[in-house]
Amino acid sequence: MQTRWTRFKESYMLHSFLRDPVALCSFIILATLVFSAFAAPVIAPHNPYDSRTINVMDARTPPSWSEGGSTKFLMGTDAQGRDILSTMLYGMRVSLIIGVGAVCLQAFIGIIVGLVSGYIRRLDTILMRIADVQLSFSTYMVAIFIGAIVQTAFGVAGYNKVAVPLLIVIIGLAEWPQYARTVRASVLAERKKEYVEAARVIGLPRIRIMWRHILPNTLSPVLVISTVQVANAIMSEAALSFLGLGMPVTQPSLGSLITAGFQYIFSGSWWITIFPGVLLVTLILVINLLGDWLRDFLNPKLYKG
Amino acid sequence: MEPLIQIKNLRVDFALRSGTVRALRDVTLTINKGERLGIVGESGAGKSVLGFSIINLISKPGRITGGQIIFKGEDIAKYSLEKMRTIRGDRISMIFQDPMMTLNPVLTIGTQMKETIHAHRNVSNREAEAICLEKLRKVYIPSPERRLTQYPHEFSGGMRQRIVIAISLLTSPSLIIADEPTTALDVTIQAEIMDLLLELCETENMGLILITHDLAVVSEVTQRIAVLYAGKVVEIGPTRQIIDTPQHPYTQGLIKALPQMAGGKRRLNQIPGMMPSLRDMPSGCPFQPRCTERIDKCIHEIPLLTPVEGGGQVACFVRQGGM
Amino acid sequence: MFAFAMKRILQAVIVMLIISLIGFAIKHNFGDPVRDLVGQRVTPAERAEIREKLGLNDPFMVQYVRFLGAAVQGDLGQSYFFKRPASEVIIRKAPATLELVFCASLIIVLLSVPLGIYSAIRPKTLFSRFIMGGSIVGVSIPVFLTAILLIYIFSVELNWLPSFGRGKTVMLFGWWDTGLLTVDGLLHLIMPSIALSSIMLPLFIRLIRSEMMEVLESEYVKYAWAKGLKPRRVWWVHAFKNTLLPVITVGGVQLGIMVAFTILTETVFQWQGMGSMFIESVERSDTSLMVAYLVFVGFVFVLVNTMVDIIYGLVNPTVRVAGRK
Repeated sequence: MQTRWTRFKESYMLHSFLRDPVALCSFIILATLVFSAFAAPVIAPHNPYDSRTINVMDARTPPSWSEGGSTKFLMGTDAQGRDILSTMLYGMRVSLIIGVGAVCLQAFIGIIVGLVSGYIRRLDTILMRIADVQLSFSTYMVAIFIGAIVQTAFGVAGYNKVAVPLLIVIIGLAEWPQYARTVRASVLAERKKEYVEAARVIGLPRIRIMWRHILPNTLSPVLVISTVQVANAIMSEAALSFLGLGMPVTQPSLGSLITAGFQYIFSGSWWITIFPGVLLVTLILVINLLGDWLRDFLNPKLYKG
Repeated sequence: MEPLIQIKNLRVDFALRSGTVRALRDVTLTINKGERLGIVGESGAGKSVLGFSIINLISKPGRITGGQIIFKGEDIAKYSLEKMRTIRGDRISMIFQDPMMTLNPVLTIGTQMKETIHAHRNVSNREAEAICLEKLRKVYIPSPERRLTQYPHEFSGGMRQRIVIAISLLTSPSLIIADEPTTALDVTIQAEIMDLLLELCETENMGLILITHDLAVVSEVTQRIAVLYAGKVVEIGPTRQIIDTPQHPYTQGLIKALPQMAGGKRRLNQIPGMMPSLRDMPSGCPFQPRCTERIDKCIHEIPLLTPVEGGGQVACFVRQGGM
Repeated sequence: MFAFAMKRILQAVIVMLIISLIGFAIKHNFGDPVRDLVGQRVTPAERAEIREKLGLNDPFMVQYVRFLGAAVQGDLGQSYFFKRPASEVIIRKAPATLELVFCASLIIVLLSVPLGIYSAIRPKTLFSRFIMGGSIVGVSIPVFLTAILLIYIFSVELNWLPSFGRGKTVMLFGWWDTGLLTVDGLLHLIMPSIALSSIMLPLFIRLIRSEMMEVLESEYVKYAWAKGLKPRRVWWVHAFKNTLLPVITVGGVQLGIMVAFTILTETVFQWQGMGSMFIESVERSDTSLMVAYLVFVGFVFVLVNTMVDIIYGLVNPTVRVAGRK
C-alpha cells in the first residue's frame, strides 16, 4: 500500500493534475460539496426532516443579508419555513446518492452488455441495435417514459415511498447504452491484438480472457464517461423531479427544491429557487470540468455519437 | 546551370511541450532548373519536413527558425501566408505519400482539379475543364471526361496517384516535390508511377525533388542525391557517384544494406545502432556513435559539407583528410 | 442507394412495431378503456358488458393486432380527460411544439456552425477560449433551470418578456395555430426557444469544433493547402463538408433529446404543446393519451432518424456506391 501511494505521488497523472488550476479547483470544490452533503446531519444548522423544528411563521424569510432576513437562516427559508441552506445540503446528498447509484447500475449493465457483444459476435448486432434505438430516443426521453409508466403503475403515493431506488433504476436503465457502446468499442479494438489471439490459442477459457485481459483495458474510457455520466444522472434526476416524476418535496433533492421554489419566483422569493439552482449547476459543472481534464489526460478513443 | 531554388542554412524546430526538437539543422541545398534531386535517409531524418518546409507547410508545432529559401531571387521563407499561397500549387506543386488520404473523399475529381486552376488562374469554368482533361490524358487516365464526375473512392490507389500527379501539372509548375509518392502503392504499380513522373519531368522540363527512403528508386530517376541524417545533409553528389562510390560512412552503410549490393552473401548488411533522437543529439558529428571509422575530432566538432572529387560534397572529417 | 434505403426503412418498421408493442402493453396493463369511454359511474354488470363488446377479454396478441390496425389508420384510442380521440388532441397540440422546436433549431444551427468553426480554426484566441468555457458552463445548466433563470431575469426583474403561454396566435389552414405571425406570439417564443436551445447549442458547438479540428489535421486538408487554395475554400468546402457528415448523424440523435426537452421547457413556460400535454396526462392517469404520445413521438423519431440516415447516404459518396452494389 505504501509503495502504491508513493508511486501515485510521483506519477505523471498527479503531476499534471496539480499543474492544472481548473482541474485542481474543481476537485477541491467537488470534495467540499460531497463532504458537506454527507456530513449534512452534523453541519446543517437545521434538520428539514424534523417537522418539530419547522415553523410556518418563518416561511419565505429572505437571506440573512437582505431586508427582512434573519441571522437564524443564512440563505432564507422556503415556503414551509425550512432553512434553505439545510435543505440544500440534504438535497445534494439525495442527488449525489441517486447520481452515483444510477451510474453504478448503468456501468454494471453497460459493461456486461458491452463485453458480451464485443466478444460474442452472434449477440452483437441485436444488442447494439437495441442500444442504438434507445440512444436515438435520448436517455432523457426514455427516463421520462419509464418514470411516467412506473408512476402510473405505482400511483403517486407508492412512487414517493420508494423514490430513491426507483430513480436509480430508471436512470440506470435509461443510460446504459453509453457504457455498452464504449466498452464494446474498446473490446473490439482489444481483441484484434496479438496477446488476445495468443491467449485464445493456448486455450484459455473465454470468461478468463475477458476478465483478465480485455476488461482492464476498457477501464480508462469507462472512467472518463463515468464522470460525465454522474453529472448527466444528477441532471436527469433534477429533470425528473422537476416534472413531478422524481423526489417528493418532503424528501427533496436539488431538483425538487428548485421545482418547489419555482412558483414563488413571481412573488419575488427568488432565493428558494436560485440557491439550489446555483448549487446544482456548480456541482454538475465541477464534475464536467474534472471529466474534461480526465479525458484530455487519458485520451481514450471514445465511441463517437 | 541556373539555380531554381537555393536553400541556405535552413533550420526547422518543433516546439513541443517536452522540449524543442530540431528537425532540420543548417540544411543547404541547390536545385537547378529542370533538375531531379533525390533526398534519401531513414524515417525521422527530416526528409518530409524538408519537402514541406519549401512551401512552408510544416505540421503544427513545426516552424522555420532560420535560414533562407531563395526562389526566383526572393526569400520565400519570409513570405506572408497569402503570398506563399500564390506559390503553392502554382509554381511549386506537391505530391503526397498516400493517394488514399490526399484526395478529399466528398468532392469529385473534377471539383478538386478545377479549384486548383481557379485558385491561381483567372479562367472560365470551360477553360479550366479543358486543362483538366489535357492533364488527365497526360497521366494516361482513360476516358477522362467521365472520370471528372467521379469520387476518389471510385479509383484504385495507382489511379489516384496519377490524378494527384495530374493535379500537380495543372499550373505547369517549375518544381514538383514528391514525398514518397510510391510507398503506399503496390510494388507492381510503383514502377509505372515512377516512369510516368520521370517522363513528365523530362517533357515538361520540370524540376523534381523526390523524397524517399528507397535508394533503388532515386537511382533510376534522379540526377543528384542528397543524403539526410538526423536533420543534416551528410553527403550530396551526382547519383551515379553516390551509388557507385559513396564517401560518407553512413551512405556506404545505406548502399551496402541494399539487397542487390549484398552480392552472393546470404545476410543483408545493416548499419549497427539507431539514429539518435532529434531531441537528444550526440556531440560532434551526428553519426559518430554508430561510425566504425570514428576519430577523436568527430566527437568534439561538427563536420561541414566540403567538396570532394567527382563533384560531390561530404560532411565527414575522415574523408576530408582526417585532421 | 435503393437497397440501402430499403434496409433502413425495414429497420424503422421493426422499431415502430416494438414501440407500439410497448405502448400497447402499458395500455393493456394500466389503462382502463371503459373508463376512457364512459367514465366511472357505471355498474359492474355494464362494465363487463362493455368489456366484452370492446373485445377486452380477447387474448393479448389479438388485442395488440387490433390496436396496431387502428393505429395505422390514425386511431390511437380515446383520451379520458379531453373526451376526444387521442390523435386529435395530439394534432391540436403539435403546432405549438413544432414551432418551438423549429425556432430552437434555428438558433442552434445559426450559432453553432460559425462559433464551432471559428473556435476550430483559431483555437488559441481569447474569443475561442471564451466560447469553449461558456459551452461547458452551458451544458452544466439544466434546461428547466435556464428557463427559470430567464423568467426571473427578463420577466420578474426586468419585465421585458412574457413569462408563460403562447400569446396571441393566428389560425392557419383551419388547424395550424401559429404564434409566428403576431408580434405578441413571437415575443412569447423568444424565451422558450432560447431555453430549449440552451443545452444543445454548447453540445453542437463542441461537436462541430472537435470534428472540424480533426478534419483540419487530415492529409487531404493539408493537400488542399499545398494546392494553394484560398483559406475560405479550404475551410468551408474541404473541411466543413467533411465535418458535416458526423454532425448530421449526431444531429438526428439530438432531435430526440430536443423533444425530451420540450417536455421540460413547455412545463416551465406553460406552453400548450405536446410536452406539457404529456406531463398532464401522466398526472391525470390519462393512459390512452400517454400511450398515444409515446407512439406518436416514437414515430417522429424513427421517421427523422431514417431520413437522417438516408440524407447521410446522399451526402456521403461512399455509402452511395456501397448501396449501388
